[in-house]
Amino acid sequence: MKASLPLVRMGTVYNSNMHRYAVTTACSTFLLLIAGALVTSNDAGLSIPDWPLAYGSLTPPMVGGIRYEFTHRVIATCIGLLTIGLAVWLWRAEKRGWMRWMGIAALGGVIAQGILGGMTVRMFQPPPVSAAHATLAQLFFSTVVAIAVFTSPWWSRELPTLEDPKSPPVRSLVVWTAVAIFLQLILGAAFRHKAFGIIPHLIGAVIVTILIFMTAGALKRRFANVPALRNCARILHILIGVQLLLGGGAYWSRIYAAQFPQPIAVMVALTVIHTVTGALVLAATLVTSLITYRLAGAGKLAGESIRTTEQVAQ
Amino acid sequence: MKITRLGIYSLALGAFALAITGCGGKKDESAEAPAPAANAPAGKTVDPATAGEVMGTVKLDGAPPKMKAISIAAEPACAKTRTTPLTSEEVVTGDGGSLANVVVYIKSGLEGYSFPAPSAPVKFTQEGCQYHPHVAGMMVAQNVDVINSDQTTHNIHPIPMENREWNESQPPGAAPIEKSFAREEVAIPVKCNVHPWMKAYMAVLPNPYFQVTDKDGKFDLKNLPPGTYTIVAWHELYKTDPQTITIGAKESKTVTFTFKATASGD
Repeated sequence: MKASLPLVRMGTVYNSNMHRYAVTTACSTFLLLIAGALVTSNDAGLSIPDWPLAYGSLTPPMVGGIRYEFTHRVIATCIGLLTIGLAVWLWRAEKRGWMRWMGIAALGGVIAQGILGGMTVRMFQPPPVSAAHATLAQLFFSTVVAIAVFTSPWWSRELPTLEDPKSPPVRSLVVWTAVAIFLQLILGAAFRHKAFGIIPHLIGAVIVTILIFMTAGALKRRFANVPALRNCARILHILIGVQLLLGGGAYWSRIYAAQFPQPIAVMVALTVIHTVTGALVLAATLVTSLITYRLAGAGKLAGESIRTTEQVAQ
Repeated sequence: MKITRLGIYSLALGAFALAITGCGGKKDESAEAPAPAANAPAGKTVDPATAGEVMGTVKLDGAPPKMKAISIAAEPACAKTRTTPLTSEEVVTGDGGSLANVVVYIKSGLEGYSFPAPSAPVKFTQEGCQYHPHVAGMMVAQNVDVINSDQTTHNIHPIPMENREWNESQPPGAAPIEKSFAREEVAIPVKCNVHPWMKAYMAVLPNPYFQVTDKDGKFDLKNLPPGTYTIVAWHELYKTDPQTITIGAKESKTVTFTFKATASGD
């Protein structure tokens, strides 16, 4: 079946170098998320009181919390440069107009993120600004991941549109799940930066878990013979399971660590892993959304390219 | 739809310029409007011939919690200077349950009096990656000199509710940082984000009738004009009720504050 399909989708030219560059930017951004989470968990956000310089220079003393904060700033600068490169490359080489604008959106995101980072320092970490900084980090990561997907060889292929006659359509399910996860990440960031308590984040966790199970279940049942969607469902199941365990562990560790006069390793490790796994859940759901929109039709669509899952599996 | 290269660069540059120039930023503490108390016209003064005093002790009822050890191995500059292990200082007790680091102060009863801030600054020192004292008392508008005696960099970051927040770095050997607070506030948490175990408090009061207890838990508020006062004892972890006391001319009274050693601190 696959051999009979044209390799390249109409209007799309696969550029392997651009795709590798986008994947590198996405992976580097994940490292930045880890570095940012380490700053928060080690209570080092204000260890460098000035911005954009650090202790009035580009080479601050690397002691205590300064190591976390300055490393975060250096990696962020590298991501900023990578994003400028990505935006310029997309603008010059990409034939799809909306992709060129995605590059501009990523560039705007990284600039805004830098401004928010500076504001957190210069305004002494007001919870709304810190939470916005943490949230925009997730949005920027998602944007770069989406660019990596859109520049991939898989996306460039001519692919069939599969029938999804059941209700609710899996397209709707996966989008609502992604929206819920994003809102949940906002609630998590707000809790982490002391904007409000844990209850909204716990309620969000229940809703997200239900939605992920509904989405992954629908994908498994309706597209059991489509490897891409089946694998998406499997990854979502694994990630939400791991994330729930990490969430419980992170919360316990925060309560346990409160008796200590300084951040302890178990708390730092669990909260950082929980935070970045949240980013992975969002990214996985986003990728699932894109794949779903690429493959699964909205209900019984008319047209020659619509196939049943059995046809695709043959 | 096309966008020019110049347009993109202008957008990026504009955003960065906004970030650098317009993102709040630290404001000069000296620019803060002085509080009414510090600016008030001269009021009544205390007559030493009739002044009395309130003295007493602060105690902790119950077993004090064991203070946690602090690991400063990550900061060799401090680790090598210390001869004793560093522990947290939330609850420091002496013989007989006396409690240290309690601010005892007159909350009300001195209305109409004016008290100029002392010219001598309060010393607040970072030594061995620890603040000395753990709780510093000062008057509104009185200078506090923050000193770094360590061979490492610190940042000093008070987090007030009523006063202006600031956060400044202090490398080894740097001159003392001179600051003051414009409004009464008991007590302002102070932390070092470079060394997250470094925590202290600054109590800012509108009159000179306050003391921070040592390990013996004793306090003595002298030269107090006759009157009826509300006296408060503040501790960072525990709470206790204020007391009302009336002092006659040349009278000396004794007050005891007792905090309960509860797990929650209430």
